[in-house]
Amino acid sequence: MGAPRRATRLAVLTGVVALTAVAFAAEIPLAERRSGYEFMGRETRAMQDDDTANPATLSVLEGAALWTRKIGAAGRACADCHGDASATMKGVAARYPAFDAARGRPIDLEQRINACRVDRQQAPALAWESRDLLALTAYVARQSRGRPIEIAVDGRTQPFLEAGRAAFQRRQGQLNLACSQCHDDYWGRQLAGNVIPQAHPTGYPLYRLEWQALGSLQRRLRNCLVGMRAEPYEYGAPEMVDLELYLMWRARGMTLESPAVRP
Amino acid sequence: MAGALINVPERAKRGEVIEIKTLVSHPMETGYRRTQLGAPIPRDIIRLFVCAYNGTEVFRAELHPAIAANPFIVFSTIAIESGTLTFHWTGDNGFSVTESAALTVV
Repeated sequence: MGAPRRATRLAVLTGVVALTAVAFAAEIPLAERRSGYEFMGRETRAMQDDDTANPATLSVLEGAALWTRKIGAAGRACADCHGDASATMKGVAARYPAFDAARGRPIDLEQRINACRVDRQQAPALAWESRDLLALTAYVARQSRGRPIEIAVDGRTQPFLEAGRAAFQRRQGQLNLACSQCHDDYWGRQLAGNVIPQAHPTGYPLYRLEWQALGSLQRRLRNCLVGMRAEPYEYGAPEMVDLELYLMWRARGMTLESPAVRP
Repeated sequence: MAGALINVPERAKRGEVIEIKTLVSHPMETGYRRTQLGAPIPRDIIRLFVCAYNGTEVFRAELHPAIAANPFIVFSTIAIESGTLTFHWTGDNGFSVTESAALTVV
């Protein structure tokens, strides 16, 4: 009579495992979403709240200077077309990554700035994570601080959003981990000394104390992928932008804090 | 492109203690790190920060390796008379930044 009982026990066990899998695979309910800011210590929050203490402000000031500098064969500055950034760039960063008709796919804010440089200013594209690109991105993103993130999802962006979601939930790397395992299932718990945040990119580009520098969301994603011992996507890779799109959509309605400070 | 941010109250009462916040853009490379190929990265830090109030030194700090990039230094002084506060950072590789801020004492 041992065999049937064992079979029952096995069935129950399988059921429990299946239930757990279902329970853990869910995305975070909208009302329970929290910015990484809320997981930070008092000192780091104070650093972000005070523009004089936030080192990213230095980059914003650099970006403001670059905004009015004439460059490239066209001899134009960003300001020559876009005018006063505090008016024209308000809310722009909260909409990126956005669909670009010319490329037939979503592009992120860095790619938009570089597209403008190459097409309109006829200047060479800025390198990823270069000081100037980060400064310009920080300056543009700063104009949207306090605005809600609003990613437009329509027929054109839907497939890329789904690709990003799939990448977020796909197990990868030598540790065989998915992004969602940490950030959907175990947020608020500890990974060594650090609290696991919910992965809402509300403050990029941001000043990371660990980096001692300003960095983009793509740099952060590459860090995470290396931590999972997965092959990180190249800067500007389509998979990277899909993931950015999904993460920003996941944070829809949350307040943009750019440029933020994180530990 | 070196830059600094200064936060000083525009006006203060005579005898009041005022807080001065300074932030300067600098990588503060310790000199103890190596590249991926093993070559040492030379030290590049700010060595000295001095603040003068109408020409009189009111604050001085010596900086060393292991101080974070973009040093944020906050200190206080007593508002005595209207005038100028000058800030001067000097460091390795000829690094030198000077900033000033006006203060009105009523």
